[in-house]
Amino acid sequence: MIRSEVLKEIAPILRDQLVVCNIGIPSQELHAIDDQPTNFYMLGTMGLASSIGLGLALVQPKPVIVIDGDGSVLTNLGTLPTIANNVAHNYILLIVDNGSYGSTGDQPTYAGMKTSLAGMARAAGCERVIECEAADTGRVLRDALDAGEMTIIVCKCESGNARHPVITMDPVTIRDRFMAAVRT
Amino acid sequence: MNIDRKIADDLVANGVGLVTTVPCKQLAGVIAEIDARDEIHHIPSNKEDEGMGLCAGAFMGGTRSAIIMQNTAIGVTINTLATLIQFYRLPLPMIISYRGELREPIACQVEMAVHTKALLAQLHIPTYHFHRQGDVEELDAILKYTFMCNKPVAVLTDATFWGGYGDQ
Repeated sequence: MIRSEVLKEIAPILRDQLVVCNIGIPSQELHAIDDQPTNFYMLGTMGLASSIGLGLALVQPKPVIVIDGDGSVLTNLGTLPTIANNVAHNYILLIVDNGSYGSTGDQPTYAGMKTSLAGMARAAGCERVIECEAADTGRVLRDALDAGEMTIIVCKCESGNARHPVITMDPVTIRDRFMAAVRT
Repeated sequence: MNIDRKIADDLVANGVGLVTTVPCKQLAGVIAEIDARDEIHHIPSNKEDEGMGLCAGAFMGGTRSAIIMQNTAIGVTINTLATLIQFYRLPLPMIISYRGELREPIACQVEMAVHTKALLAQLHIPTYHFHRQGDVEELDAILKYTFMCNKPVAVLTDATFWGGYGDQ
């Protein structure tokens, strides 16, 4: 399975939740599969999805699911200790780990080589860390929501991208409708 | 006047409920003051761009946020300021230790100090420079201005403002 197939499968679970989605093709795929006002699409700033989601989770009670990538987590590794030491039980970080920088031409990342992001999350102090196969992502994500515990999911999937248009929605519109969805 | 307390008081009075910090020697007192306040959720960051992500998320969650950091961080955060904070029109007070100014003992700090105001100007970020202790009286108005216009706003606080580094 590639990322877009994983996103298609979990879209019904994401639908009712606050979602912060990683820059580039992941956001384009989610936007094309099931655009929702509860989705915050990052149009720039690689690496900060997990931080934005944590800030959001810490100040309000609704569950927050961050869809991140292995390359993006690698570029902001300081996020893992911050997540571990500022526990928000409404926070789920779903790292779609396809071992490549998908938005820039599928160059390999170190997560596809010797480096284990699940191992790094555990070493950072994150307590509920689950590595799963792509096909199990939906079940693992539902379990995490039911558990009501801060969870880091590392979903191992294949490299590859679906072809979807660039998001042309204005960033202020994305932000405004997302904030309205947070409030309701 | 205790400027650490005054800064924390002004943040609380303006509804700032989450503050992220990356330390600097000059900022030790205000960081400790913020950490001690029940009204403020204090999240230390490992890097300033990560901190700006936390602030963006908190604001979208309905809680005003602010970052406290050193001016060297302007070099770290230019992309985040342009593509997250400015692009999505998020308000972000930045209380910045302005190293490399008068009374600075470390030469390397001057290397970023000489670029700091130019970089902020290039980014069209409203910038205020606190040099005398009394300048802190403007902080309340600066915070109100920041949340009125939904922009990042820089408050540079130099060594003279903080009382220097002791006898040199």
